[in-house]
Amino acid sequence: MTRARKLLAALLAAPALALAAEEVKLDRAPIDERDLISLQRGAQVFMNYCLNCHSASYMRYNRLAELGLTEQQIRDNLIFPDAKVGDLMRTAMAAKDANEWFGVLPPDLTVIARSRSSQDGSGADWLYTYLRGFYRDPARPTGWNNTVFGDVGMPHVLWQLQGEQVLKTEVQSIPRGSKGEVEKYEVQKLVLEKPGSMSAAEYDRLVADLVNFLVYMGEPSRKFRVGLGIYVLMFLGVMFVFAYLLKKEYWKDVH
Amino acid sequence: MAATEKQPVTGAGPFNGLLTWVDQRFPLVSLWRDHLAEYYAPKNFNFWYYFGSLALLVLVIQIVTGIFLTMHYKPDAAQAFASVEYIMRDVPGGWLIRYMHSTGSSAFFIVVYLHMFRGLMYGSHRKPRELIWIIGMLIYLSLMAEAFFGYLLPWGQLSYWAAQVIVNLFEAIPVIGPDLALWIRGDYVVSDATLNRFFAFHVIAIPLALLGLVAAHIMALHEVGSLNPDGVEIKKTKDPKTGHPVDGIPFHPYYTVKDTLGVVVFLIGFSVIMFFMPEFGGYFLEYNNFIPADPLKTPSHIAPVWYFTPYYSILRATTGDFMWVLAAALIGYSALLMWTVRSAVARIAVAAVGIVLLAGFFTIEPKVWGVMLMGAAALIFFGLPWLDQSPVKSIRYKGWLVKGALALFVVAFLILGYLGTLPVTEGRTLMAQIFTLVYFAFFLLMPWYTRMDKTRPEPSRVTWQGAH
Repeated sequence: MTRARKLLAALLAAPALALAAEEVKLDRAPIDERDLISLQRGAQVFMNYCLNCHSASYMRYNRLAELGLTEQQIRDNLIFPDAKVGDLMRTAMAAKDANEWFGVLPPDLTVIARSRSSQDGSGADWLYTYLRGFYRDPARPTGWNNTVFGDVGMPHVLWQLQGEQVLKTEVQSIPRGSKGEVEKYEVQKLVLEKPGSMSAAEYDRLVADLVNFLVYMGEPSRKFRVGLGIYVLMFLGVMFVFAYLLKKEYWKDVH
Repeated sequence: MAATEKQPVTGAGPFNGLLTWVDQRFPLVSLWRDHLAEYYAPKNFNFWYYFGSLALLVLVIQIVTGIFLTMHYKPDAAQAFASVEYIMRDVPGGWLIRYMHSTGSSAFFIVVYLHMFRGLMYGSHRKPRELIWIIGMLIYLSLMAEAFFGYLLPWGQLSYWAAQVIVNLFEAIPVIGPDLALWIRGDYVVSDATLNRFFAFHVIAIPLALLGLVAAHIMALHEVGSLNPDGVEIKKTKDPKTGHPVDGIPFHPYYTVKDTLGVVVFLIGFSVIMFFMPEFGGYFLEYNNFIPADPLKTPSHIAPVWYFTPYYSILRATTGDFMWVLAAALIGYSALLMWTVRSAVARIAVAAVGIVLLAGFFTIEPKVWGVMLMGAAALIFFGLPWLDQSPVKSIRYKGWLVKGALALFVVAFLILGYLGTLPVTEGRTLMAQIFTLVYFAFFLLMPWYTRMDKTRPEPSRVTWQGAH
């Protein structure tokens, strides 16, 4: 948490805003819930990288048909060989092992995008910042730390794609006042030290797709909900007209 | 038997025979007349008079959606959270039922708070409607219990820890506190046993009480008749020919069609929230509650749902330092009472109660007084019919003193509510303390300022410019 604060402090020019710097600044996740290609790719990344340790145990595989996949495609490409297509997305890792390896049970990810929402930003923003915020930290048992989730138990699973970042501290000076005074700030920045197999832009896109999928999984009925809501409001709009005219008609008699 | 003397039902076409048969065995026609067709309500109801019928609507929404939720929900610590997600995903239309219920609970409090505010403004609590107000307050308290028990059921982190915090408040009660808290929980921490009993309270015990109280509320209202924004009794001016109040109109059809319009407008607002922002920025469905309950992991910030936060603020405002302020306020208030009351016995009683309280302030820990103040903040509404000594009922004919007091009270209630959702800081605690004083001053000083207030005379008839 402290690192995130310092990161933000770098963005703020005025020390008067030091109080605001207490809050975590999150990057906006560039996601689009209508983009099926992005959602499919996110599902694929999720199955390949996340589901080994994390479960999504309120979600069924065959629900992914909503993303434009056939049951056969789901069976062939996304699920474990021994799972049935109507199964919940459970993980193969035993809880006991997880506790031993990571010191903590990896949380279920079905509704992670909803639970990570806060006043600072949406759950998607948090996840998008988190998955791009891993850096090398020799002090940690896994060798990894994170800017928005300090001392996180999870290692950087996508490191071969992103590469290795480190947190660099530099001192910046910002001129203040008219007499040439300067204020000095300690700024911490993530710097890519060893590139991975993807460029920064490609990696950001991959994370955005994954986050898009996580948001979808948090509430699969969301798209339908919003669509239905529009029809319900149109219906109520018509009802309003009739209810209003009816009331007016009856109340003509009240003197 | 009296039944045979009743007139046959007419005007129902092919159903005349059936309805006559029923009416001779059941007070069908008289109920219809007394409560709808010939219940005379003042014709000058304004915007604020929609919320009674809307509260009834929300009650029905909650009961109907609740029945369907109960079919799929599992009151079991190991399955509760997953069963809610099962409802959201695998039960056809389950997400809609669940969101209706979760939005409904907040809507219930919004509607009830506005309904209560209407009462405060137009004097609905004044004689002869004291019992309506008291039954209404019992409904409000039941509703708070209902919401509290229901909030545990999703078994998320906030469900769990809010229940933990609130049950722990009972531990502050001297002597019996710890045993009482244990008895409520059924365990040493909130657990499966707690979830099961809260489920029982939420789905049967409290709803039964609520339905009974709502029926009593309406019966008492229809006994004395509705008040109106002018605060004048329409029964005083009756048509000599018909015997009906001149300013009254039959509830049905006039107010049934008007309330239908209110219902449609309400449903539009309700749908906007339910379909497009069911979490309502984390106020209606808190983000933390999407994390399953974990008895080993206390969240850094625990706040109750928004409708409890004014009281929660009052609880948190009661710090050690604040006891000095309370003591000063108590001394001042006792002096005011002594100065006002005439009899020596009453003066001795005031002094005795004052001294006992004062001694208590500095011997019993502030946390206990916080709990007492929180309870008092909710219960003090019961005293309103007797605290209010204004010669007129409606705000329309009151002076700036009462208008100002009411405005200040609303501001205090809102600010306390907002502060209750936030983590504590020194400045916020100070604010909460100031507005806690304002909150109680509104009630406790009411007998004086309502008498001092410069009122205008009430009209003899309601003001009415004709249908718009």
